[in-house]
Amino acid sequence: MYQDEIVTLAKSKTGAQRLENPDATVTLDNPLCGDRVTLDVNVADGKIMAVGHRVRGCMLCEASASLVARDAIGTDTDSIAPARDKLEALLKKGAEVSGDDPWSTVTTFGPVAEFKSRHECVLLPFEALGKAVEQAEDKD
Amino acid sequence: MSFDVDALRSQFPILDRTVHGKPLHYLDNSATAQIPNAVLDAVERHEIAHRANVLRGIHYLAEAATEAYENARLDVARFINAADASEVVFTSGTTSAINLVAHSFGQGLKPGDEIVISMLEHHSNIVPWQLLRQRSGIVLKVIPATTDGRLDLDKLDDVITDKCKLVAVTHVSNVTGADTEIYRIVEAAKAVGAKVLIDGAQRVPHGPIDVQALGVDFYAFSGHKMYAPNGIGILWAHRELLDALPPFMGGGEMIRTVTLEDTIFAEPPHKFEAGTPPIAQAVGLGAATRWLTEVDTPEATLHVAKLAEQTLSGLADIADGRIRIIGPQGTQSRLPVISFTVDGIHPHDVCQILDSHGVALRGGHHCAQPLMDFFDVTGTTRASLTFYNNQADVDALLNGLDAAIKKLT
Repeated sequence: MYQDEIVTLAKSKTGAQRLENPDATVTLDNPLCGDRVTLDVNVADGKIMAVGHRVRGCMLCEASASLVARDAIGTDTDSIAPARDKLEALLKKGAEVSGDDPWSTVTTFGPVAEFKSRHECVLLPFEALGKAVEQAEDKD
Repeated sequence: MSFDVDALRSQFPILDRTVHGKPLHYLDNSATAQIPNAVLDAVERHEIAHRANVLRGIHYLAEAATEAYENARLDVARFINAADASEVVFTSGTTSAINLVAHSFGQGLKPGDEIVISMLEHHSNIVPWQLLRQRSGIVLKVIPATTDGRLDLDKLDDVITDKCKLVAVTHVSNVTGADTEIYRIVEAAKAVGAKVLIDGAQRVPHGPIDVQALGVDFYAFSGHKMYAPNGIGILWAHRELLDALPPFMGGGEMIRTVTLEDTIFAEPPHKFEAGTPPIAQAVGLGAATRWLTEVDTPEATLHVAKLAEQTLSGLADIADGRIRIIGPQGTQSRLPVISFTVDGIHPHDVCQILDSHGVALRGGHHCAQPLMDFFDVTGTTRASLTFYNNQADVDALLNGLDAAIKKLT
């Protein structure tokens, strides 16, 4: 499961600093393991402009948060919920993700699929981003 | 005579299996211990030959099942040296035993009465009292922990006051392995007329206890941590205390007579055993107490203490001091429950890599989040050993840990 790409992502700590003036901030916990993600987002004109986060969690959660911060910038805000669903389908049902799909990078977490107890670790940053985007857009 | 760990291991069929193609090294005994053939056979024999409901039936099987169930109570009474088997209440586990006390004993408390717990408690000895606080307005106070993961008994006089009605603490911490000096708790509680409840879930897997010598009022533990099936546990209390307490749950089995106007309850322990009890599980627990009584020898205790010492020593030698022991650093006044953190690596990642080596550990907050906050950690990795663990288990732990640290840093 700890393939080089996941380890490298986690170690990169991409976006691992809080935004100074976020449009929305969401903190989510995984009650199973105690992982906690606090995620800030800025949005403008239906696009994600900036993501910052602080993760108190495992390497998978850190890798997922790094991927979110790396790949979310410039994407449409309405692409986040489908991205989260795509990731969940990949993990729980082994669904294929084509290279043409937006957020096809979630395939990075394919090796986690067989470890059911770790799915939530990967999903948590995506869920935090989804909720943060929702809150930011509600403000507008 | 030396302790033959191989002979003991041969009584546990599961220890022969492989995990991920590797031999199983089961070091998650504090969560659930494995079951020996003696217990498996007792449960199977009961279900094959004597399966029936207890207490009310008059046919042969019902009488045989009742006898087996009550004999299991006698076994448990002997294991904990209860004065009488009627002091032994079957529950579904430690959690339900503590909830029973929180409801039945708690019913007699008034706003402002104090209950004292400790920083080392499992959530099962925290949340029931918080719920009681919501229901009854009692005050919940906490004995602090020391930096080496023990109860700070020097603070007892500050925490236990004249308003205290119950002190409810763990016998052995499920995180640090620290062994509580029960007599000091009892001394402080009795000085103000308070009762004492002990969560013995982590203590009983390591051998018989003597509730009378401990001087406590309530003692709770689970079967599945002491080589018995899931779904069975014990609340022990003095008979006069059980006589005085109201029942927790109502239903069948716990009554003498019922009219539409009123109910006269059965005598303890049945007053506290509403509904059909977990009969085969109780039979299994009885068998586990007999098995464990035979195993509990000075040699067996020495064997597991040596493994714990090797584990602590091995952890200290790994990764240039990146490992922090959460709990006592040595082997004095502790049981072989060893928690640690690895700097920069989450416990779940440690456990996942170790799992791939066949080593079963537990990582996380261990249902002790206040203690995690006290130590300022999100969680720990825990290796919990028992009599059937061997040198290969310790070696696999230390080698796997070394590999995990190399992989993840």
